[in-house]
Amino acid sequence: MHRFANPARFLRLSAALRPWALGVALLTLVAGLWLALFDSPPDYQQGETVRIMYIHVPSAWMAMMVYATMAVASAVGLVWKHPVAELYTKAAAPLGAGFTALCLLSGSLWGQPMWGTWWVWDARLTSVLILFFIYLGYIVLVSAFDDPQRGLKAGAVLTLVGALNLPIIKFSVDWWNTLHQPASVVRMDGPSLDPAMLWPLLLMAVAFTALFAWLVLLRTETEIAERRIRALRLATAIAARRDEVPGLEQPVA
Amino acid sequence: MTEFFAMGGYAAYVGTAYGAAVVVLAGLVVATLARRRSSRRNLEALEQLRGRGRRA
Repeated sequence: MHRFANPARFLRLSAALRPWALGVALLTLVAGLWLALFDSPPDYQQGETVRIMYIHVPSAWMAMMVYATMAVASAVGLVWKHPVAELYTKAAAPLGAGFTALCLLSGSLWGQPMWGTWWVWDARLTSVLILFFIYLGYIVLVSAFDDPQRGLKAGAVLTLVGALNLPIIKFSVDWWNTLHQPASVVRMDGPSLDPAMLWPLLLMAVAFTALFAWLVLLRTETEIAERRIRALRLATAIAARRDEVPGLEQPVA
Repeated sequence: MTEFFAMGGYAAYVGTAYGAAVVVLAGLVVATLARRRSSRRNLEALEQLRGRGRRA
């Protein structure tokens, strides 16, 4: 783990991985969209609206998976003071919020024709809405401090507390009565989905994951650059006034 | 083709869902690349400034 604590090493690794992530994302996105829109059957009950599943389910998975990686990174950042881990969390949060918004939007657009309502305040929908607000809360909290380091730390604590929401989302469909159907892919007895629908779903899930990987690597690189910019600005400002204060040490940028 | 665009009468829902996906994902890509570009430019300018300061 500490091998990646060095930003220079992370930047090299990130530059090497990024083109692969983008390549996989584009390939699976084209193949997944083709299967999802043209080469998969309509559902015998839901008709063509089942195609919303290929957007809704992968974005729901991403909403939770991104948060899970943020929670792990926050723990690593708090325990080992890992400098890249906390920047990763900051870089990932807007992406997670985007996927969660997409999950809620597409779910609503699927709910209206199939359930007869855009929204119900049941456990699954409400807990995902809370996840969305936790993402937004994190983004606001991290940028609310003058000292970015304190913001990152407060954000890490919020992320860990908010992780309690993840099992609630996952098991909400089993614990409470809801309009939302229980899991049909990730279940003990294997997927209960026809392969003709499972394939586009999995391809879109890989596409979303690879797109996230590409974006989060880029964004973490940017966060590292931003940290360096702050350090350089501070150093330049102090250097400019060094003559006024005899004995002032030059800080290390 | 007409059949495809009709989506069994659900075109508005299916189309809006895919449209929302395009808007959200493209928005994240554009925002990420724009911030990366401005931050790289800033960093380059600062490092140049610093380099000049050292030589002087």
